[in-house]
Amino acid sequence: MPYTPELQNLIKKVEETRPARVEKKKRGEEFPGIPVAERQEILRKFHPDFIEGTQRKIKVGPNKGYKITAEYVDILETKSRIDPDKIDLNTIAMETDVLVIGGGGAGNSAALLARENGAKVIIATKLRNGDANTMMAEGGIQGADKIWKDSPYNHYLDVMGGGHFVNDPELVYTLVTEAPKVLKWLESLGMIFSKYPDGKMKTMHGGGTSRKRMHYAGDITGAEIMRTIRDEVNNYPGDITVLEFAPAVDLILNDKGECAGAVLYNMETEEYFVVKAKSVVIATGGTGRLHIQSFMTTNHYGATGDGLVIAYRAGVPVNFLHTVQYHPTGAVFPEQAEGLLITEKVRGAGANIVNIHGEQFVFEREPRDVEASAIIRECSAERGNGVPTPTGKFGVWLDSPMIDSLSGEGTVRKEFPGKYILFKRYGIDITKEPMLIYPTLHYQNGGLEANSKCETKVPGLYVAGEVLGGVHGENRLMGNSLLDVTVFGRIAGVNAAEHAKGVSGTGKLSLDHVKKFNKEIKQAQIKDKIGPMLLPDYSNPEVRKRQLTTQYVGTIR
Amino acid sequence: MSKTQAKQEKINEPKANLIPIFLMGKRYDVPDTLTIQKATEYAGFQLIRGCGCRGGICGACGTVYRFANDYKLYYGLACQTVVEPNMYITQIPFFPANKAVYNIEELEPTAETIVKYYPEIFKCMGCNNCTLSCPMDIKVMDYVAAAMSGNIQQAAELSFDCVMCGLCAARCPAEEVQYNIAILARRLYGRHILPQADHLAERVKQVEQGRYESMLKELMKADKSQLMDLYTKRQLEPDNADEMWEPEDKSHL
Repeated sequence: MPYTPELQNLIKKVEETRPARVEKKKRGEEFPGIPVAERQEILRKFHPDFIEGTQRKIKVGPNKGYKITAEYVDILETKSRIDPDKIDLNTIAMETDVLVIGGGGAGNSAALLARENGAKVIIATKLRNGDANTMMAEGGIQGADKIWKDSPYNHYLDVMGGGHFVNDPELVYTLVTEAPKVLKWLESLGMIFSKYPDGKMKTMHGGGTSRKRMHYAGDITGAEIMRTIRDEVNNYPGDITVLEFAPAVDLILNDKGECAGAVLYNMETEEYFVVKAKSVVIATGGTGRLHIQSFMTTNHYGATGDGLVIAYRAGVPVNFLHTVQYHPTGAVFPEQAEGLLITEKVRGAGANIVNIHGEQFVFEREPRDVEASAIIRECSAERGNGVPTPTGKFGVWLDSPMIDSLSGEGTVRKEFPGKYILFKRYGIDITKEPMLIYPTLHYQNGGLEANSKCETKVPGLYVAGEVLGGVHGENRLMGNSLLDVTVFGRIAGVNAAEHAKGVSGTGKLSLDHVKKFNKEIKQAQIKDKIGPMLLPDYSNPEVRKRQLTTQYVGTIR
Repeated sequence: MSKTQAKQEKINEPKANLIPIFLMGKRYDVPDTLTIQKATEYAGFQLIRGCGCRGGICGACGTVYRFANDYKLYYGLACQTVVEPNMYITQIPFFPANKAVYNIEELEPTAETIVKYYPEIFKCMGCNNCTLSCPMDIKVMDYVAAAMSGNIQQAAELSFDCVMCGLCAARCPAEEVQYNIAILARRLYGRHILPQADHLAERVKQVEQGRYESMLKELMKADKSQLMDLYTKRQLEPDNADEMWEPEDKSHL
């Protein structure tokens, strides 16, 4: 749907102020940033994490008493989908050295490196291999490789500042020192980075970066990484087996307390089966599809936090789940595109954010939580400068046409081909008209606790990617998630393969931890709920009412 | 049932204008503002296959449709295409495809390489059905032709937006799997034609030689106020700076 006449009228105000804003940008003048010391204040007043009553204490498991976002508590306080006594642990459907749960950037990186280190690997994934948030990440991947102006030292400071200085220092050290190696790895696999003719990487700023270190592949950086490493995984059919539509519903431990496999679920035949493994890597990604506080989300269909749930049950603590990342710029118009990610790279390329009067109210490259809070404030009753949408929501303008004025006609088309085509289909030309945006649920800042070798408390169990907590502290910077999935995916793969070499595989398989957790839930008098969720429920409730013979276990049959 | 999702995805808008669509031939009346994907859910389906990113990039929801009394076939991604009255819709959530196994490192970016792994490329009869069926408006036949003639760069560039949904392969009378040819071409281009970044190789060496160990260890030991101080004093590379801009303080490079 093209912009309505009302919105077209409002766009005129953006056009009126644009020439002056472009001139200002050309002179190197920026809207003043919010000082670090004042960030907490705006977060406290406007960031969704701080809204009274949206968090609660978890009643069971390793983090009993930890107050986190209620939707996370909802999924952690769940019973298993299966009756552990009904699973025959002596019937082993498949056996492998390393079982990787999750088929995104971290899972595929882990599989490749585990194989390189001598392991036979199974990737078990809920949807198709590659249906993951990695595929959807647009803007870029950070890495301090410009030797004349940047270094892992600067990168480290930026990561810590973005995360409010509470990130796990070991994990951040690993992230920034491994970054150049990962970029080199991707380059050698044939990923097409946007480059200068001499091979020099093109890089941009992102929110909270002190140097331009955002590497990219057009505006489909994540897709380019994902399809490249997935193609590489498919080059080793003898060593890496991919099981699609086969999520893990519980981990299996052995009598020594080590992780020894998982119960998988064939979503089509609806049967459960046992995969025995010497090491297990959890790379199940994030939780956008929980629609925290009813926010729209940029996440893919399967982002329901399954790995968090099954590892928590097995005794792995969680961390940093008291903060959630809202991406400052999700589409709010047209309705079909609601929640859709508009990459931060648009702001990196110079596009201002302006309100209903065409005025700037925030520097466009604050860290994400600060930027999102400033937008929420502008649309709040306190300011009342939001642009109303036909569906009754509010948004602000992301002034994409500025980019062509700044960097020459054709830049938007060249640098943002994906978004250009998408909006063109709706009848909106983003080279001439701004985009209407509002913060959207984007990233799980926290996750499962692990060290920089990706080892958890449970021997033989590794975690990598969005499900790993601590790398980004309380707020992740743009371009550090594609980096996170590849850095820690690779490390998890290496260490899982090493660990597998020393495992005899003779321990007796057990689901006692599941029984114990189920009992805890009962004792805490928590209402029977089933996890992991596996898929969000978008079906029509009216139809469900008429499904008289259908039994639902959680959100699916 | 989760409290948030039904309202989140707006599948149950009471005031919406309902139109008839036909899912695999069966009629359902759905709101006219929905995408094919959301309309399918509105009709009562729980999607397992045929749904991925819901944002037009993963290629899980390739869809074919026709209209009543119209011989023409239309193609789209279910998550991106808004329903229209009397659409006859089917999704193609999976289509079998052969994929060659290779070591990208050892290959040369030539027509011979493409032909070695995908000899069926010569069967192309130029019917252009692949291009017509592409939901991303990619000139599929043109990139196949480019790959065949050894113009790997052009094949890579023309196919860059490919989401690998498989509709091209489903429609190809020559039984080709265009998107797998495309990714081979792109990886050949990225690995063997695009010049490698010297500064990246140099930086990897610096990191491996331990150049940043002591300064990073110091940062790791620093307390919050020290870090905050260093953070606030960072010199920011200006937005409009030239690529070769250099900071004043080079002691941590």
